[in-house]
Amino acid sequence: MTVFSTKPPGTSPSAVTSSTARPKTRARRPNRLFRNLSAKIASIPMVLTAVVIFLGGTVWTVVYSFTNSKLLPRLTFVGFDQYERLWATPRWLVSIQNLATYGILSLIFSLVIGFLLAALMDQKIRFEDTFRTIFLYPFALSFIVTGLVWQWILNPEFGVQSVVRSLGWTSFTFDPLYNEDIVIYGILIAALWQGTGLVMCLMLAGLRGIDEDIWKAARVDGIPMWRTYLFIIIPMMRPVFVTTLVIIASGIVRIYDLVVAQTSGGPGIASDVPAKYVYDYMFFAQNLGQGFAASTMMLLAVAIVIVPWAYLEFGGRKRG
Amino acid sequence: MDKSPILTVVQPAAVDRLRAGPQGKRPRPAISGRNVMLYGALGLAALYYLLPLYVMVVTSLKGMPEIRLGNIFSPPMEITFEPWVKAWAEACTGLNCDGLSRGFWNSVKIMVPSVILSIAIASVNGYALANWRFKGADLFFTILIVGAFIPYQVMIYPLVIVLRELGIYGTLSGLILVHSIFGMPILTLLFRNYFVSLPEELFKAARIDGAGFWQIYFRIMLPMSLPIFVVAMILQVTGIWNDFLFGVVFTRPENYPMTVQLNNIVNSVQGVKEYNVNMAATLLSGAVPLIVYFVSGRLFVRGIAAGAVKG
Amino acid sequence: MIHDNTSFRTDTSVSIRDLSLSFGAVTVLENLNLDIHDGEFLVLLGSSGCGKSTLLNCIAGLLEPTEGQIFIKDRNVTWEEPKDRGIGMVFQSYALYPQMTVEKNLSFGLRVAGVPREEIDKRVARTAGILQIEPLLKRKPAELSGGQRQRVAIGRALVRDVDVFLFDEPLSNLDAKLRAELRVEIKRLHQALKNTMIYVTHDQIEALTLADRIAIMKSGVIQQLDDPITIYNRPNNLFVAGFIGSPSMNFLSGELAEEGGRIVFKTGETRFSLDGYGHAQPLTPGRKVILGLRPEHIKVDHDVAGGEVHEAVVDIEEPMGADNLLWLKYAGQTMSVRIGGERRYKPGSTVKLGCDMTMASVFDAETEERL
Ligand SMILES: Nc1ncnc2c1ncn2[C@@H]1O[C@H](COP(=O)(O)OP(=O)(O)OP(=O)(O)O)[C@@H](O)[C@H]1O
Ligand SMILES: [Mg+2]
Repeated sequence: MTVFSTKPPGTSPSAVTSSTARPKTRARRPNRLFRNLSAKIASIPMVLTAVVIFLGGTVWTVVYSFTNSKLLPRLTFVGFDQYERLWATPRWLVSIQNLATYGILSLIFSLVIGFLLAALMDQKIRFEDTFRTIFLYPFALSFIVTGLVWQWILNPEFGVQSVVRSLGWTSFTFDPLYNEDIVIYGILIAALWQGTGLVMCLMLAGLRGIDEDIWKAARVDGIPMWRTYLFIIIPMMRPVFVTTLVIIASGIVRIYDLVVAQTSGGPGIASDVPAKYVYDYMFFAQNLGQGFAASTMMLLAVAIVIVPWAYLEFGGRKRG
Repeated sequence: MDKSPILTVVQPAAVDRLRAGPQGKRPRPAISGRNVMLYGALGLAALYYLLPLYVMVVTSLKGMPEIRLGNIFSPPMEITFEPWVKAWAEACTGLNCDGLSRGFWNSVKIMVPSVILSIAIASVNGYALANWRFKGADLFFTILIVGAFIPYQVMIYPLVIVLRELGIYGTLSGLILVHSIFGMPILTLLFRNYFVSLPEELFKAARIDGAGFWQIYFRIMLPMSLPIFVVAMILQVTGIWNDFLFGVVFTRPENYPMTVQLNNIVNSVQGVKEYNVNMAATLLSGAVPLIVYFVSGRLFVRGIAAGAVKG
Repeated sequence: MIHDNTSFRTDTSVSIRDLSLSFGAVTVLENLNLDIHDGEFLVLLGSSGCGKSTLLNCIAGLLEPTEGQIFIKDRNVTWEEPKDRGIGMVFQSYALYPQMTVEKNLSFGLRVAGVPREEIDKRVARTAGILQIEPLLKRKPAELSGGQRQRVAIGRALVRDVDVFLFDEPLSNLDAKLRAELRVEIKRLHQALKNTMIYVTHDQIEALTLADRIAIMKSGVIQQLDDPITIYNRPNNLFVAGFIGSPSMNFLSGELAEEGGRIVFKTGETRFSLDGYGHAQPLTPGRKVILGLRPEHIKVDHDVAGGEVHEAVVDIEEPMGADNLLWLKYAGQTMSVRIGGERRYKPGSTVKLGCDMTMASVFDAETEERL
């Protein structure tokens, strides 16, 4: 349609056939469906994915979480039975507790370490690219690789513990992967190693986005650097912090591969996490209903993070 | 630093103009307290990040007897490549004892078509969304983006059913489809934002010249978007290579990608633990994304910044 | 006039000695000398990238010079931190702290410096009074208009109670009307406070209206430092002559000749007598020169008051309301002439021209220096 309206009349060859142009446009009107037909055909994969997999799949799982499906999905509704059983299962409670501990600490440490590294990198240092490469390369590695390396480093027989003991401190004990109480910290160490580089990069981009004049004004005002960071720069970086927070948080809920590789959920069930619980119940325990209920809980957890953020980020922008 | 030239060169006027006292750059010792703190902190951090890589390399080059005696940080006294050979060709998973090589080739067979397919679909989607907006397009796009935040666990089982209905559950093509589906949100976003940033006059001019959907895509958009295709490729190559969950869920053991096989080798409960072989295998699995990372440098940073939402 | 200044005036406020600055291999400022008097309004004027901001940042202490010294109030501050130099600075992008209210923006530096509470309140109140921003004190910068933001930014320099104010293109982000308003306000502020002000701009109207003296810069070198009238009427060299004035000065290239015992400017067959021209260097015949005439210093038709009369053809007419700009073809070159807005000419018509040689400028064609 734009083709016709933007062509100046008289300059185009179609102007000669202007008598036929009118019935043509009238004839086209009913066929709105065929307008941009190629674009619509090309978008079919996207539409199918969005509607069938993302929307349909999610609804399907939520619906079936209210059934007593075991080996195969069955539509026998049992109300909230699966959820009641879920919250009465010690293994689920452990995995939720782990997720909470891991999540809170991982958020705090990622943001703090990531920001500190970014602030150090922002001091007009030499070899900036080298440092960036070093801090970020773990992010290129899979969680499986990450988990296996740290499993080896934290191995009490050969790893850090044995090295420190061989230096003379014979009572030194650091065996997180074999100690139920602290196993989640062992996983945290590995996760921070893998992910803080990314946080650093996001923060550094945020720092670089801040008007150079703000720094100059603060220097003229005689505000010491740490105060400038604390009271001026960090408040200005609020959007960057929020985005980073959402990214880290949605990654936290999904944590799975790392645990599988590093501890397989052990010792016992001490390092279990919801994603692993879901997988095990769906594909090993043949208790689909439990798996669906647990995954719905994960969805809920993500929604709690995402919805307020999306509301602030996009709902607010539309009005403002 | 002494800025004497102005004073010593025979140039009387200059001597007159300058007075005693500070001039030029403030002298700073090369090793100031600030620099020691700054580079010290950065160096320590760098050490923490490099340590695991170092440990992997040295462990994979040692023999088992040396590992049992020494500590994991000491360099190998006698370098041996045996663990590498073993990891590649002989390590056992279950009944198969043909090493990681099988997983490597499986991963290649999964990755190459997945990368091509997902980028092809997403770039066309992004193009349609940016330039051929039709009613409802934004709604589907929003669902897609929100979907990127939904934990995979929620959608896995329905997807298993869909693939089973299509008759491709457990096959490589099934997994390729899964990767294309889950790569779609972030890639579509990436391409849409890129195409939106291109000057609109270009597109309008082409339409006035009578070019259609595919003509504009292939003749105008594609040639202009090479960098974004490279970014998307980096994102997908590392993402798909590093995937574990979809590999376990959607393939049969003979088709397991490298990550799954690696995990099975290292975490298998049978047999004596051969830490050097394990580390060689781990390094082998990490090699592809690491090479991509070191070669692509800044583009990688751009890619992950865009793909970070994927988590 | 710049380089012979070896003595120190006791009333200098800011004094820059042999200042050089380079970023790696790129030299931005070279051997720059400048003395600014107490209470003077000095404008640094020049095209983009000529080093104005760099010079200002050196004075502020935000950049370290590679060579040279800086004195403020006869104190060598070359190695001192910006906060200890007794300066306040206003930036083009305002650089307000966005999360703080206007009041906090004004007082934050003082609080950090440990100024007593009552003193801070007193100074903030006084500043807000001067700039008439009292009603805005509780707002955040995002809730202010551009003009109000820049007022607050000026206020932040004002509360510091300093001797020297530095402005880096403070009005560039404002629209034309606000710019004119704030320009007047800055001038009023200067008259009231009588502080030394150094003001960077690339807007010549701002420079001409505000300045006590203007320093015109090109590639890190000051080309001329003088009061606005002198800069306008007696530009030192071709660059200054071309840079100041809109539309810019007409340039005719030719050479000097002696005819009948008088020195004349000769281009083609045309001659201009240089009788009234006050030259600083001897006008030797045969020298290749460029004659510069401002559009308003050329008289047309009945304004011509005797003397030599030339004839030219009107090429284009640009009426601008108050005045009318004629583009003429003359001696094979193009010339612009400013006449009253009520006088109209048709393209192609012939006009008579007379030139006021006392207001002309003659430059050596090679050195481009004024003769
Ligand atoms: N950090 C830097 N590194 C290298 N070169 C620089 C740096 N800062 C400025 N320059 C160069 O120094 C020159 C002068 O810059 P400056 O900012 O002083 O110009 P300016 O006169 O203020 O221009 P404008 O009117 O555009 O603000 C420019 O050519 C610029 O490219
Ligand atoms: Mg500037």
